[in-house]
Amino acid sequence: MVRLNLLLLAVLVACALSLVTSRHQARKLFVELERERSAARGYETEYGQLQLEQSTWAMPARTEKIARDQLKMQLPGPGRVEMVPGGAR
Amino acid sequence: MRGGAGGAMAGARRGAAPLPALPRFRAPLMFAFIALLFGGLAVRSLYLQWIDNEFLQEQGSSRYSREIELPAHRGRIVDRYGEALAISTPVKSIWAFPAKVEAAPAELAALANLLETSPQALARKLGGGDFVFLARQVPPEVAERIAQLRIKGIHDQNEYRRFYPGGETVSHILGFTGDQDAGQEGIELAQQEWLGGKPGSRRVIINRRGDAVEDVEAIRAPQAGRDLALAIDSRLQYLAFRELKAAVELNKAKAGGLVILDVESGEILALANWPTYNPNARNRVAREKMRNRALTDVFEPGSTMKPFTIASALDAGKVRPDTIIETAPGTLTIGPNTIHDAHRHGALTVEQVIQKSSNVGAAKIALSLPSETVWRMFADAGFGTPPRTGFPGEVAGRLRPAKTWKPIEQATMAYGHGISVNLVQLARAYTVFATDGELKQATLLKANGPVAGRPVLKPETARAVRRMLELAVGAGGTAPQAQVPGYRVGGKTGTAHKLEGRGYANKYVSSFVGFAPASEPRLVVAVMIDEPTAGQYYGGTVAAPVFSRVMGASLQMLGVPPDAPVGNIILPPPGAEVREES
Repeated sequence: MVRLNLLLLAVLVACALSLVTSRHQARKLFVELERERSAARGYETEYGQLQLEQSTWAMPARTEKIARDQLKMQLPGPGRVEMVPGGAR
Repeated sequence: MRGGAGGAMAGARRGAAPLPALPRFRAPLMFAFIALLFGGLAVRSLYLQWIDNEFLQEQGSSRYSREIELPAHRGRIVDRYGEALAISTPVKSIWAFPAKVEAAPAELAALANLLETSPQALARKLGGGDFVFLARQVPPEVAERIAQLRIKGIHDQNEYRRFYPGGETVSHILGFTGDQDAGQEGIELAQQEWLGGKPGSRRVIINRRGDAVEDVEAIRAPQAGRDLALAIDSRLQYLAFRELKAAVELNKAKAGGLVILDVESGEILALANWPTYNPNARNRVAREKMRNRALTDVFEPGSTMKPFTIASALDAGKVRPDTIIETAPGTLTIGPNTIHDAHRHGALTVEQVIQKSSNVGAAKIALSLPSETVWRMFADAGFGTPPRTGFPGEVAGRLRPAKTWKPIEQATMAYGHGISVNLVQLARAYTVFATDGELKQATLLKANGPVAGRPVLKPETARAVRRMLELAVGAGGTAPQAQVPGYRVGGKTGTAHKLEGRGYANKYVSSFVGFAPASEPRLVVAVMIDEPTAGQYYGGTVAAPVFSRVMGASLQMLGVPPDAPVGNIILPPPGAEVREES
């Protein structure tokens, strides 16, 4: 009887300790999850800002200005366009 | 207890003078009294535990748990290729309780520096009041540095700010949002349900430093707004805007509008207005400039209506394209009123009535029909009903019921006076001629593939009018300047006197509506210039060149194969007659 009780006591202590460690683990993992979540929010913010930046850089007005002024590009006149038969979609 | 007390008393009695005998009821009375107090405590604690537990529970939980707001951002608006037109990014607003602010002068100076204001201005703001915003919508990095100053009484809150990379070129279509990131104008308002996010919240357990350590429950899941794809093509939109702006400035006009429609789907690929505004900095912008005139303003279309008059006569079998109409002497008198042509023409075929834009010819054709027939044509082409593009506040224009038409009104309506339309309606109506007689539904939202229209004309009628409209931009027509190198185009000019008060003023609305390539139309472009004052005012000289440039560049950008040899432009000799009025 005493031995059984001792055995059960040992099991109880083991259970209690494992509960404590698993709680601790859960807390740690949760903190990590929180950190990742806030990082994700940060990345989302950054993604939005980058998208904004990209579309601001890619505005047709700016593209055209650079093409015309810096790269000295121009639209080909009507006489300088040759249609490739079958090449047009 | 009683036994113990009795023993102590017995011991005391032995050593000292005997105490007076206690009344027999005293001990039970005290016992009952104390028991009553205990009972009271027990009842109170039961009451607090089970019945009136709200307050204490709340107080308790506020010490270890907290409700966290989960932000949900507003959906983006993108163009047909996914290019962003409107994006929300998180920003912070800085606020304070002035009475609770405790800061050293150096700290305030640092704060003022971060807020890009002077310490004096900041001190004034902190001078009084319960609650004051120090700065709205500052970038997150700045808010972070302000938080690091750790000034007591200064707080921040999360907000979203909407950015419009396209600026003034697309502002009329998109509209804008207010402080709470809710749509206030344009598509932002019309599609609020779709775009708007619903913030959620969850309850967490916090530690002593206020960091979340455990999830308790999700109260509401956040619902992010959905992205919305518009039919707009950013490149065409910019092109349309640029050309419109140039034309309005060249002609010293009051306003202008330009619409590009996809013939197959009815999608609005571009819709530009002038004057405009920048939605990213719209403080102190006049409401006037915010109006999407192409949808919310009407004008009398003038000659651009003639093809519909002719189409109703052709469709009814009343005339054929080569039927001769006598327009000499260039005037037509109906009762007390007289209709004029800008130029005397004599006998014209129906085809030439369109080509030369004869008011008398169009009026005569209209008068040969029952008013009901002409009305039916106009109504079928979408005049008098809002275009339902998905834009808030669009107008229907005015098309009075046929029963109320007097003969003179029927005659003037034949060439577009006494009826009012908006520019999108006009562009959409021309899809009837650009297709084989189908009216397409104009839409600002992206459609997937071709959309079937509503048949309103016989295919042969539509083809006949298409041919006439091609003649109108030819060398003998009113708008040779609308021609596009490499493509066959068709279209019609309009030069309408403006109504002011009760009569027509010497102010004009010049317009041009057309389609290309004429062999298989892909695009309809409508241009309207309001009150050109630089000398020119005919649709053929003010609006047609804009049409030509926009149409040519658009077809090239969309990779539409040319359907004419490059040397196709035949301009009339200088000084030739392109005049028309109405």
